[in-house]
Formats: sequence, C-alpha cells, structure tokens
Amino acid sequence: MSQARVVVTGLGAVSPLGLGVPETWAGLCAGRCGIRRIRAFDPTGLPCEWAGEVPEYRIQERVPRTYRKAVKLMCRDIELAVLAAGEAITSGGLVTKGIDPEKVNIDPTRFGINIGAGIICCDLVELGPAVAASTLDGRFDLHKWGREGLQLVTPLWLLKYLPNMPACHIGIIHDMQGPSNTITCSEAAAHLALGEAAQVIARGDADLALAGGAEAKVNQMMILRQHLLRRAVSTGTGDPETICRPFDANACGAIFGEGAAMLVLENLDHARRRNARILAEIAGIGQSHSMSAAYERLEPDGQGIRIAVEKALADAEIGPEDLDLVIPHGTAIPQDDLAEARGLAAALGPAVKKIPVWPTKSMLSTTGAAGGALDVVAAVQAITEGVIPPARNFQTPAPGCPLNVLTARRDGPIRHVLCCSYTHGGQTAAIVLRKFEIRNPKSETNPNDPNSNDQNAAGGRGPVSNLRI
Amino acid sequence: MRTPTNRERVVITGMGIVCPLGNDVATFWEGVLAGRSGANRTTIFDASTFPTTFDAEVKDYDFRSYVREPQRHEKCSRGPAFALGAAVQACRQAGIDVETERQTVAVATFVSSDGCVERDVGRRTSDVTSRATATEGRSVPTDGVDRTRLGIYLGAGEGSLADAFFACIVAGWDTQRQEMIWERNTQVGFAQMDPMHELEHEPNMAAAHLALLTGARGPVRSCLTACAASTQAIGEALMLIRRGDADVMLAGGAHSMIHPLGVTGFNRLTALSTRNDSPETASRPFCASRDGFVLGEGAAILVLESLTSARRRGAAILAELVGYGSSSDAFRVTDMHEEARGPIQAMRLALADAGLTYRDVDYINTHGTSTLENDSIETLAIKGVFQERAKQIPVSSVKSMLGHLIGAAGAAELIACVLALRDNIVPPTINLHDPDPKLDLDYVPNVPRRMPVNVVMKESFGFGGQNNVVIVKKFAP
Repeated sequence: MSQARVVVTGLGAVSPLGLGVPETWAGLCAGRCGIRRIRAFDPTGLPCEWAGEVPEYRIQERVPRTYRKAVKLMCRDIELAVLAAGEAITSGGLVTKGIDPEKVNIDPTRFGINIGAGIICCDLVELGPAVAASTLDGRFDLHKWGREGLQLVTPLWLLKYLPNMPACHIGIIHDMQGPSNTITCSEAAAHLALGEAAQVIARGDADLALAGGAEAKVNQMMILRQHLLRRAVSTGTGDPETICRPFDANACGAIFGEGAAMLVLENLDHARRRNARILAEIAGIGQSHSMSAAYERLEPDGQGIRIAVEKALADAEIGPEDLDLVIPHGTAIPQDDLAEARGLAAALGPAVKKIPVWPTKSMLSTTGAAGGALDVVAAVQAITEGVIPPARNFQTPAPGCPLNVLTARRDGPIRHVLCCSYTHGGQTAAIVLRKFEIRNPKSETNPNDPNSNDQNAAGGRGPVSNLRI
Repeated sequence: MRTPTNRERVVITGMGIVCPLGNDVATFWEGVLAGRSGANRTTIFDASTFPTTFDAEVKDYDFRSYVREPQRHEKCSRGPAFALGAAVQACRQAGIDVETERQTVAVATFVSSDGCVERDVGRRTSDVTSRATATEGRSVPTDGVDRTRLGIYLGAGEGSLADAFFACIVAGWDTQRQEMIWERNTQVGFAQMDPMHELEHEPNMAAAHLALLTGARGPVRSCLTACAASTQAIGEALMLIRRGDADVMLAGGAHSMIHPLGVTGFNRLTALSTRNDSPETASRPFCASRDGFVLGEGAAILVLESLTSARRRGAAILAELVGYGSSSDAFRVTDMHEEARGPIQAMRLALADAGLTYRDVDYINTHGTSTLENDSIETLAIKGVFQERAKQIPVSSVKSMLGHLIGAAGAAELIACVLALRDNIVPPTINLHDPDPKLDLDYVPNVPRRMPVNVVMKESFGFGGQNNVVIVKKFAP
C-alpha cells in the first residue's frame, strides 16, 4: 500500500549548549555539559543552585525589523521558540514573509505549525510593583489588588503568557496560515506535537509544518515547584557538570533548564519539488498514558512507555532489532529512570541489551517541552552524520537498569532512531526517525507526476485552491 | 507512518457537561431553550473591586458524587474536577465503564524473554495495569473498548494559583529598591506551597485525571489554543480515529479562568463586559451595545467513536462528526484579520472535509463572544463562505446564555449542536434586543426556533489567531 511520507527538511535549536544546531550538536558530540549556577535570578536558598541556561542573545536582532516592536510581548519561552524557528526555516531553505517578502517560495496557507509547550510561569518581577501596591498589614489583599494593583499590570500582560503564543508569534513572523496547534503536555509535548504535525501533513491538510517545543523552566517559581515535587537534585554540593546522571547508580534527581527546538516537517513530494535537502523521515509515532495516582511519577512498570514504543515501532513497520539508537527521556530521577528502562525493556525485548542508548539530559538538563524536540534534532543529526555521541555522567548502571548506555562515541551508519518521553500527569510518547531512502524509485522519480502514490495517499484533502466552493 | 486510505466514519455516542447552566446535558439544554443566563456575581473569589464583578460559574457541583475513588483526584483544580463529572456522564451514555480496572484488568505479569523485567512490578491498588498490548493478545474489558485504543483529547487550561503565589511575591519584593529578593521569595514558597496544588495547576492534568478514570492507554493529548482549544481537540480526535490510532476518543474541554489573575488578564485586555449592574444581560452577541464577553467555566466531553466500534458495541448513535477544518490568521497578536481570512479558510476546509458545500448547512453555531471585534469579523466570515445564503441561515451564539468557557467553550457549544440535530430546534441568541445595524444575519434573537436541522457547523476562534471549525450531521446509516 502506498504511504504518505513526511520528511524533515530543516532544524533549529537553542539549548544550554549553544545558540543553534551546530553549537548544540558539537557540544553533545564532545560530551559537554551546559549546567551552571543559575543566572536568571539569585538562586540562594534553593537546595540546588544549578540549571541549564541558554547563552545570551538579543531578541531584537533575531526578528524582522518590522516585528521589533512586538518583542515586548514575548516572554522567555516565546523568545526561545522564535530563535529556534528562525534557524529551522532558514536551514530548510524556506523563504517566508519574515525572511524576504519579495521571494517567498512556499504557499502560506499550506504551512502549519504545531508546538509543544508547558504552562508558562509569569515573570514575578513584572508583578512585583502591582502585588506590593496590594498589601494590607503585610499581606496580599484582593480588594486592594482589584482597585489598585490590577491597574499596574501592563494591559497586554495575559498575552505574554498564554501557551499558544509561541506558535502565534512564529506564525505571524513567517506567515503560517495552515493549522496551528499547541500541545500542552509539558515534557511529552514536543513528541506529541511533532507526531500531530506529521499526521496533519500525511492527511493532506498542509504541505509543510514547523513543529517542536520550547520551554523556559529557569524561573524561580518553576524551579521551586520541581523541588517541592522532589524531582530536582536536592544537594547543592559537588560538581554541576557531573550531578545529572541519567540511568547511573548515583543518579539523584533532575536539573532543570530551558531551550527550544523546531523542525521543518514536509510532505516528501513537496520537498522534492523544491529540491529541499532531506535530512530524515518521520517513520512512526506512538502514544499512550502512564497510570499512576501519584501524578508526579511514572508508574513503576513503565507500561505507558512500553505501549507508546510498541505503537511507534508498529507505525514504522519495524521491529526492535531494526533500531540503531534509542534516545530515552532519562531525567536522572532514579525511580522514573528505572520505570522508563523497564518500559523500554518490555517493548524492545532481548534487543534492549544490544541497542545503544544515549540520554541527553546530563548535558542539556530537563528543559520541559523543549526536551523532546532537542532529542529529535539530535536524532536527525545522529542519522545524517552517522555518529552516536558518548553518554555523559554514566559510570555504573543503576541496579535493575537493563539499558545499554554507551560511554564512548560510536561512528557508523544509523538507520532508525527511537526517541521517547513522558510527563508528570502521565502522557507518554515515542517517535521513530528513519534515514531517508528512496523506497519506490518508479513512483518517486517523477515528483511532478500528479498520479504519484504519495499524492493519492493524502486521502482527498488537498490545497484550498482546489476546493469547489 | 501508516496512512490508511479507508476513512472510518466517526460518530458521537456519549455527551456530558458541567457548566453554568447546569451539571448535566438535560438541564443545560433546558436552560438553552428557555433562554436562561448562567451569569451571576462572582462568588469564587472576592471580585468586588475588580472592573468586572460577575461571571458565569458552575454551581452546586462536587466531583465526589461522580467517582468511587475521590482520593485519586483530591487535589485537582476546578477544570479537571468539572471534567470528571462530564466524562462520567458521557461514558455512562456511551456504555463505557469507568473506575473498573481492578475488575477487568489483571495485574501486570509481562516478562521480557530474557527476564530482565521483574514480574508483578505493577501491583499497587490504585494503579491501572492493562495487559493489552499492540503485539500480544488483547484483553478487552466487558464494555467492548480495548483500553489501548481508547484515547483522550482535551482543550484544557491552567488551574488557579494558590494564595501562596502572592505571598511569595509580597515576601520577596523590595519596594524601595524595586527588585525581588529571591531568597525571601524561595523561603516563603517552601513554607507555604502545597506540592500537589502546584502540580495540579498544570494544563495537562485534566487529561491525566480522565485517563486514570477510564483506564485510557491510547493517544492522550491536551492542547491549549485559547478559546478554540476544545473544538481543535475534537477535530484532531476525529483525525486520530480516522487514521486508526484509536477506536474511541473522549474529546472536549475543561477550563476555569475564573481566578484573580485570569480575570485581571482579561480585564486589562478590556475583553470582559463590565456591565456590572446587569450580569444576566451582559453577554449580548451581535447586539449594538455589546461590550465584551462574560467569563464562564466548565467542562464538556463527547465520546467520539468509529462507526465500526459503535456498531460492534451496540452503542446508540447521537450524531455523526463529518468535518473538521483548521487554520491560522498569522496576522496580529491582538486582532483578528480584517477580512476574516483565517476563519473563512477553516470553514471552507471543514466543508470540504465533510464533502459538503455551503448549501448543505442548516444552522451555524457561532463563536459569538459578544466582543465588538469577534462578532463583526465572524459575520463577515459567514458572508464570505455562505455568499447569497448567508442571510437565510440561522446563526446563533450559546455564549449569550452560557458565557465564555474559554478552553471548554467549543465542546460545550457542540453539545448544543448535537441536541439541535436531535430535536430539530435551533438555540437562540438571547439579550439581542438592539441589533447592531452593521450585522445583518439571522441571529435567532431571543427565542429558539423549530426547524428541520440536518447539518450544523460549529465555529471557534482563539486569541492568537487559531480558527477551528467542525461539522456534525444527523446520523444516517
């Protein structure tokens, strides 16, 4: 049966390892760690003062001149998303309104966007004066807030923090008029968003889509929450560069951070027509749910992970033995790592002992909704370069962890990579990337053939201009 | 990726609602047909000094009366709590069992062939551990719904921040230096914040609670495209079933922004009506004197199911979900596109997806928020798509009665659309005594209208420019 194929044609990333995919990937290959003492606010008093923060940038210089005024409506999450989106679109050879309005080379109505986001926590400093004006006897007073404090909140305040605003700003800058969605399943959100965007393209509702995730967790309130939930590393001693140890016997919790990663996903025919450089194919997606009434923890047997991975493999029509690399969620929270490892082992069977596993959060930190997208960017890089970078901070496997975590770099062809993720609350997701190969030369050599299999598979939903209305 | 060429028909087999007009579908519909308003003075928090002192609240509701194991949901915020009640109603109607895992599903006994996975690791009383997998034999529960093929897709939003949030800022803010002393802030946070409250504040928690309630192991997603979220969730859930990723999806929305920062945000945007002397007449879509929307809250859940699954289970079919269209304005953060470019595209895509034309639609259920901008642009969009028929098609806004449920709005209003199909009656737009002379469609003013209804279009547009449209049709085998 013919299949609609969705390929990756552009990559963008900002991470604690650098601004841009080249810097981030070089850092990963070198096994560098992006975790440092927090700069965004004074972390004194927190059990752990470390986080993964993105290097400095000036957002005004990263948006079109005509859009500079709008940066005041961007919170940090939006800025990071806009940076990664710009890189992905440029690297994909797309010319949008935001890049050069005279030379646009795509149909904006067929360009979608799907972004994974967490809840965006507002900037507390921004609310400081308004809250301070609303105190009575040293306590916050709602009466005074309604009368006085509220008036000190900037009029468009709410629009800075709605989770769909990264997609909104990117959509305006690059003129994306196709379907726009924002998946708010935090740490699983990026994989879910990438999966949905691939489905939107496969069913013919868009020719291409920007998809990924962005989140800035280095906010005092966000970090505080992770400590309250006992997810964060609770010791401030030691070396920040060796403290985050996914699947290691000495793992002691997650380090949180910020970042964004975006991919241009595209219908294969469309990519061919514009001679795009095809980096990889989205081979399969799977999703499920972890059942745990302790919502901040993964269920101990990792069933939700197992089902998501099995579905992704089935969707990709491959078996576990076909995988060349697994990039797990691996936060370094010991019981979650173990649960994830159990789920992976159950899904992969005996092959689990052989397939190389490469956790990235020892270098990138847990970046919320950005994490899954950073991993997929890394997976695409691994495929195109034929490199599995070394796992950092992994010395002794955690007891009971059956995964084959590689500590030395390995070079060689990589055909299939599995990425998986889960989030508090329980959503789980898995995605399989495949090295791009021409599968059926007969039907694929002539991209202009209107009867090619790929177009038929789109199920009859086509461009707006063809509608008979 | 697999992309099936045969399109599954998708039907609606259950509906549940918890909203300002009542906490079940019958009461909600009775309220709509009576033209009742759900608006009232704000009671959830003391809003007496806010620019807007009223809203549309859910009344007399306790999720504990719907579930046998309330301890699993004890700390949930308002949105997820409403979702539980709506989901239990919807599942009951569709014949889907809830909270039954322990009767129908064995404790996990999977082993990998080399024994590297422990046996019985999942033995905990409150855990759902299904044996069904994609590759092994399935254990299908008595209701006929395989849990790995049961999914959830909600448009859902944040919970309310606790008082501790403000206490932190009060403690940390140095008024003289105009800066935050973070250490003081952190100290108060550790002393006063409840970890579970902080977790339950996250927008994906409504989906998490429903998964635990139903044992859903299929695709579980949550989206937040502002006021368009639950219509988008329903549309994407439709697509998941068509693609073959699920047989049954609980789709809809759950949201309450009736909390101090939510109302602050909307008040600062001047999006809310400030008709404080008359809450019940404040939501007046398409009226000349409209001055903003009325903030509501609630949850609405629909059971979407492949026709094959519904037939196999013998579920009663309420309507067919036939079309979905989605687009983006890509125009401005604050305004809709002047020519309604995005809404027009979404409506056309939904019609094309349904295999219908603008001549086939009997009734349009609008986004109709009662803001100056939305109601004008939406009228323009309807004229753009429906051309010479625009003035002949009844269009109305349930928000005139219900208020604006934000993330849950589209789902709640879609329930009214399904009931319009069932009863051949179109809901009114109440408070429409002084029509805006520039808005000249048939808005079904003030009283419901009896007429044959076979195809209904439901529109939702969100802050930030997301436009989502779904179409429901009377089911005909």
